[in-house]
Amino acid sequence: MSTIAEGFKIEGDRVAECIHEAHMQLDTVCDQTTLDFSSVLRITPRDLRAMEELADRAENESVKVVLCGVNVDIYKVLKLVKLAARFSFATNGAGSIELGREENRHAEPTN
Amino acid sequence: MVTSEVVPQQVRIPLAPESLSAERIAYLDGLLRQAKHAAAVFTQYTQEDVDRIVKPMVVAGLEQAQYLARLAVEETRLGVMEDKALKNMVATEFVYNYVKDKRTVGAIREFPERGLVEVAEPIGIILSLTPITNPTSTVLFKCIMAIKTRNAAIFSPHPNAWRCCHEAVRIMYETALKHGAPEGVFTCLESHGLPENAYLMRHKDVGLIDATGGPGMVKAAYSSGKPALGVGPGNTPVYLEKSADLNMAVVDIITSKTFDNGTICASEQTVVMDDEIYELALKKFADLGAHICNEKETKVLERTVIDPETGYMQPIAVGQRAADIARMVGIPVKADTKLLIAPIQGVGREHPLSAEKLFPVLAVYRAKSVDEALKVCVDVNHAGGIGHTAVVFSRNEEVIRKFGEVINAGRIIVNSPGSIGAFGGVYNDMVPTFSFGCGTGGGNSTMDNVNVYHYLNIKRVARRTQAHMWFRVPNQIYFNMNAVENLHRLESKSTIIITNPAMEHMGHVDIVRRHIPARTLVHVSVIPDAEPEVAVIEQGVEALHFYKADQIIALGGGSVIDAAKIMKLKYESPDADLEELAAPFMDIRKRVVEYPTMKVNRARLVAISTTSGTGSEVTPFAVLTDKLSGRKVTLADYSLTPDVAIVDPQFVMSMPKVLTADTGIDCLTHALEAAVSIYASPYTDSNAMQAIRLVFKYLPIAYQRPQDEEARSMMHNAACIAAIAFSNAAVGVNHALAHAFGARFHVAHGRANALMLPHVMAFNASVPTKFMPSPNQRGYIAHKKYATIADLLGLGGSTVDEKVKKLIAATEKLLDQLAIPHSIAELGISREDFEQAIPDLAKIAFDDPSWRSNPRMPLVTELVQLFWSAYEGWGGASASTHKHSA
Repeated sequence: MSTIAEGFKIEGDRVAECIHEAHMQLDTVCDQTTLDFSSVLRITPRDLRAMEELADRAENESVKVVLCGVNVDIYKVLKLVKLAARFSFATNGAGSIELGREENRHAEPTN
Repeated sequence: MVTSEVVPQQVRIPLAPESLSAERIAYLDGLLRQAKHAAAVFTQYTQEDVDRIVKPMVVAGLEQAQYLARLAVEETRLGVMEDKALKNMVATEFVYNYVKDKRTVGAIREFPERGLVEVAEPIGIILSLTPITNPTSTVLFKCIMAIKTRNAAIFSPHPNAWRCCHEAVRIMYETALKHGAPEGVFTCLESHGLPENAYLMRHKDVGLIDATGGPGMVKAAYSSGKPALGVGPGNTPVYLEKSADLNMAVVDIITSKTFDNGTICASEQTVVMDDEIYELALKKFADLGAHICNEKETKVLERTVIDPETGYMQPIAVGQRAADIARMVGIPVKADTKLLIAPIQGVGREHPLSAEKLFPVLAVYRAKSVDEALKVCVDVNHAGGIGHTAVVFSRNEEVIRKFGEVINAGRIIVNSPGSIGAFGGVYNDMVPTFSFGCGTGGGNSTMDNVNVYHYLNIKRVARRTQAHMWFRVPNQIYFNMNAVENLHRLESKSTIIITNPAMEHMGHVDIVRRHIPARTLVHVSVIPDAEPEVAVIEQGVEALHFYKADQIIALGGGSVIDAAKIMKLKYESPDADLEELAAPFMDIRKRVVEYPTMKVNRARLVAISTTSGTGSEVTPFAVLTDKLSGRKVTLADYSLTPDVAIVDPQFVMSMPKVLTADTGIDCLTHALEAAVSIYASPYTDSNAMQAIRLVFKYLPIAYQRPQDEEARSMMHNAACIAAIAFSNAAVGVNHALAHAFGARFHVAHGRANALMLPHVMAFNASVPTKFMPSPNQRGYIAHKKYATIADLLGLGGSTVDEKVKKLIAATEKLLDQLAIPHSIAELGISREDFEQAIPDLAKIAFDDPSWRSNPRMPLVTELVQLFWSAYEGWGGASASTHKHSA
């Protein structure tokens, strides 16, 4: 894991370890820390346990944990285990799907 | 596989888990948490990931088939090790053969022609209850299903089969984990208790209960409030019919009933045999190792293997060898006896052996006829086996068909063993399973052989599809002055001209006759100039029959042509029920009542219109009045469309001015409504737009200078072209209002349309309160269509809103030029009378099918508002509408 300006970069092949390291450094954080998941394609039950522990501690110490670059598959996993609500999410732009583009109110007829 | 538990009536699963300790609850919560994480993580897996895990699991199951079978027999003391090993192999190899190429992740099925894609969504956690009778095979089967569908499973085995099931789960889990399955994907309760089951069944994180076992457990699963796959008990009737291949049937029945000592719930319970083959069949059974019980032995069996109190089988007999059962109850048999066969005389509690017997005791019944045999099979089916399995041995297709109809069973096995046949994939092409759904009759949610699709939520991604549309017009349309001369091209032996007195009086009939080939016999039928009545139609049809007509020429306005359409319908299809054919419909393309296609007579219908408005010469509509019932019915079907239309202006040169104005506006309304209809298409648009252009240009001239041949001709064409448009795109709310108002206050149809027209245009051009569902259109476009029409007419305006206003103004100006009143009030209808009529008018207008193709769905309150706008006159409607953004 490398420490980045806003927080921690999570490596795709050692997610639980990186989260654990972030966990260990939580007391050095003021109000908020960011975990960059942009290199993570998939998570395991072990990773989930690490995230639960991190969420527990962050809540105890009133630290806001922001996850950025989380792909939608991982986001769905976090929703299914009710972990999503315990984190904040930020998009880092690249690879994100642009949603909610406003359509013309009256499109041209096709007929 | 479903089993009747050893003592099903005694199974009790508590509804509440009060008896669980805090430690026990924590233990169960831990299992659930682990399974929940695994299930969530599993959602990230691809089809390839899943298939990579399934195959080695199957291989592991095959490798351990005998080991697990031996464990099961040692622990449960039921069944036959060799057969259980075979079941373990079916549960792995046969199931794999079925699932291996099935897509269970992401898009699993696509129907491009229907714009549909089915997408798999895992269930999450499946609580899997497994039985004592088929313990390890059921575990293997469910593990493969769970992995294939990306679900986690918590196993709760029968307490007397816990060790072998636990071992089966362990083997499957370790193999799955080794090949990439999420940690915690399978767990097995470390010890079994009913409170544990009750707790898990009700837990919010459990997505599905798959309960394979006795009725008590299945009922508990269904009572939990969770989605459940609980499958019921069986009592398999077998009909051994006289045409059957007896050698095959006897071997199959013995194979099936003795398989695993009869523990499979789909195994044969009562064999009903035709009288003619009864003795021979019993001899063959005996030759192959069955013992045929005498009356005394049968009585002994009834008392011993069936509980006289409950009528259920005795646990001690379940899954035991025939010779051992015989020894236990004191019936002397050879040591190698495979099966005990007990003749019975009926079905029900007074005939105990007609109940389910999960051991190698088979009841047989001698039937005197097919009818009796089928009835006894139905009795057995209804004596505890509804929805499960039934077997028929016969070469008579009619018998097999009837058996399939009268027996309520999810699996009706033909000429094969019941138990192994029901598995699927061995003796037939049914889906391989170890869980038999018994349908609602068996208290189950499914009647299928439970398979991977029951372990999935299947989502449908439905793309927008355009409705099929068409454009239908008469085969031939002749137009312009003297187009009637084309009648000479139409061969006919016998022609009837349907017309009204005015046409005859004006000499129009003579003109028509002149152009009919001389060799054609011609008869004239003059009918009143009014909407056709039933009696008039009947007389006309009689004449058609009498003269054996092969051609009908309708000469007149809409009423005459409508009458001719209905006469032709009744002449060609005498059984056509006009009342039925007038049944309401929403879309002519999807109507429920279909018009007859079988015709006993054939006649060509030639329509010569003498007004320039209705366009009846090309439309598929006809209105009929039944004076007796006082009802007016509208018939609509493309088969009513005339075969030939003649649009000859010579027949409209003498139309009075008022009629010219009213019919001309009727034509304009047809075109304007077709143009904005939700069924409008490029085909109808081209006709509607052209008709509108012709009306604006030529109607004032035809009105002012009735003898202007060009104007008359163009208006006659416009009426026909507009009718072609609305025949295929339909009309709208203007017609709904006009129908209701015209009928109530006896105002001519065209004039009633004219009074509504500016208000309806403003209504349609504004933002709807309710949009009309319209798959063929992208967005609301009525206002843009009006703007396009304004451009076509060269009315100017730079925005859509301006153009719409200019079109409405131009329409009002046209109405002015035709001396059409500005308001209903100007007709002399008092405000009080109108106010009194309004509730009825709104109701009738809302019931009118015309508005169902209108671009804007009218609320009843809006219909009322439109009526009042029309009463007040022009300028009152547009003020109350919302503008579209530019």
